[in-house]
Amino acid sequence: MNIPAELKFTKDHEWIKLEGNVGTIGITDFAQGELGDVVFVDVDPKLSQITSGESFGTIEAVKTVSELYAPCNGKVVEVNSKLESEPQLVNSDPYGDGWIIKIELTDMNQLNELLSPEAYREQIS
Amino acid sequence: MKKTKFYQMHLNSNAKIVEFAGYLMPIQYSSIIAEHKAVRNSIGVFDVSHMGEIIVKGKEALKFVQNITTNDASKLSPGRVQYSAMCFDDGGIVDDLLVYKLSDDEFMLVVNASNIQKDFDWMNKNNKYDCILINESDDYSLLAVQGPNSKETLQKIFDVGLELEYYHFMRTEFAGVEMIISRTGYTGELGYELYFKGDENTAADLWQKLFDAGNEFGIQPVGLGARDTLRLEMGYCLYGNDIDATTNPLEAGLGWITKLNKGDFIGRDALQKIKENGLGKKLTALISNEKTFPRTGYELIFENKVVGKITSGTVSPILEKPIALAYVEKEYSTEGAELKLLIRGKEIPAFVTKLPFIKK
Repeated sequence: MNIPAELKFTKDHEWIKLEGNVGTIGITDFAQGELGDVVFVDVDPKLSQITSGESFGTIEAVKTVSELYAPCNGKVVEVNSKLESEPQLVNSDPYGDGWIIKIELTDMNQLNELLSPEAYREQIS
Repeated sequence: MKKTKFYQMHLNSNAKIVEFAGYLMPIQYSSIIAEHKAVRNSIGVFDVSHMGEIIVKGKEALKFVQNITTNDASKLSPGRVQYSAMCFDDGGIVDDLLVYKLSDDEFMLVVNASNIQKDFDWMNKNNKYDCILINESDDYSLLAVQGPNSKETLQKIFDVGLELEYYHFMRTEFAGVEMIISRTGYTGELGYELYFKGDENTAADLWQKLFDAGNEFGIQPVGLGARDTLRLEMGYCLYGNDIDATTNPLEAGLGWITKLNKGDFIGRDALQKIKENGLGKKLTALISNEKTFPRTGYELIFENKVVGKITSGTVSPILEKPIALAYVEKEYSTEGAELKLLIRGKEIPAFVTKLPFIKK
């Protein structure tokens, strides 16, 4: 199971990668494996704000649909438009081209509440 | 938890295993979409050994089958198969099944895995005939080999010619083990189902030979996930989703296997009345051009009124569109009618269409 060391995780299987004050968010390798083939990532392209713990979209797989939960508060800077035509990137490259949204963090302290790679590995094992 | 004789093969193929009807079954190997396309374009192999096989044997075996099923089993000759259903007295569906006529006084009834005990109890309760019922579900393995290259592949490992018409079967053997090969399946493709009573070694041998023979076509193991998307593209009913004790064969679009004039059978009087009074709802095929996918239980709306409910829904891997089966009030179920799918508070347009979703 791929769990990159430089990321933080939610118990709902999202990851966030911090660069400066910009956080890139996606779903974990474990999550994409559980969902199976992703066929649609539904995030409103006009979304401006996300709130920690609240749903900011849904992810549709063949067998099921799952909510996407925000790991922290932030101002949306970009939604991955590539996923419109290639949702399967979430399966093939969950930590890379399959990222879902980028935000500007408004409260850095919230990162401390997220799971470390070790804690996340423990949760899914 | 039970394991089929192919369990080790699934582990070797990196299957994701889930519990289903008391069995540890493969839900997918590589990906549902890839497995689905393998069956539509070349060949796929399904372990469906969890299905139930109940043998009816005796002088009055036909009378028993006629009484407990809705289709007309008197039309069968040995070597033929029939799709049928069993109903309760009120016309509600006990199960859907395949009826194999093995000989003049012997039938094999193939039932859904989740219903085996219920069906067997129901059959015994209604057996007032000179015949015995044997539940051989645990003894039988069942492998479905489906797809346009299925015949060519199987022909490489069987000496006998596989010239079978749809819904016919033959008996042969594989490595000294008796085998029933029938031209049946749940995918809408050219395909065969192989029934045999053998151990893990027979299963492993068959699996290996099959995958060697199908290698040139890109043969794939296929899990229950793609089994569901394949059957739904064809509009085939799934017990527990589209049919159950609260629905009857007429509203489920199974009038063609409900022979009200064949003589008495369990549920006939109730179904006759339902037919005379007219159907309130109908199992209806829906397709949408949006990218939000219908799931079991979602409601259908027409002008702010709930007029139906989804029983099965998915994305069609071939059409790449949302497809669904739903019970819809009859007046809203005409082809071309636009309804709204209520998905997480949003109303998504969907259109009533004809089955199958995939035109073969």
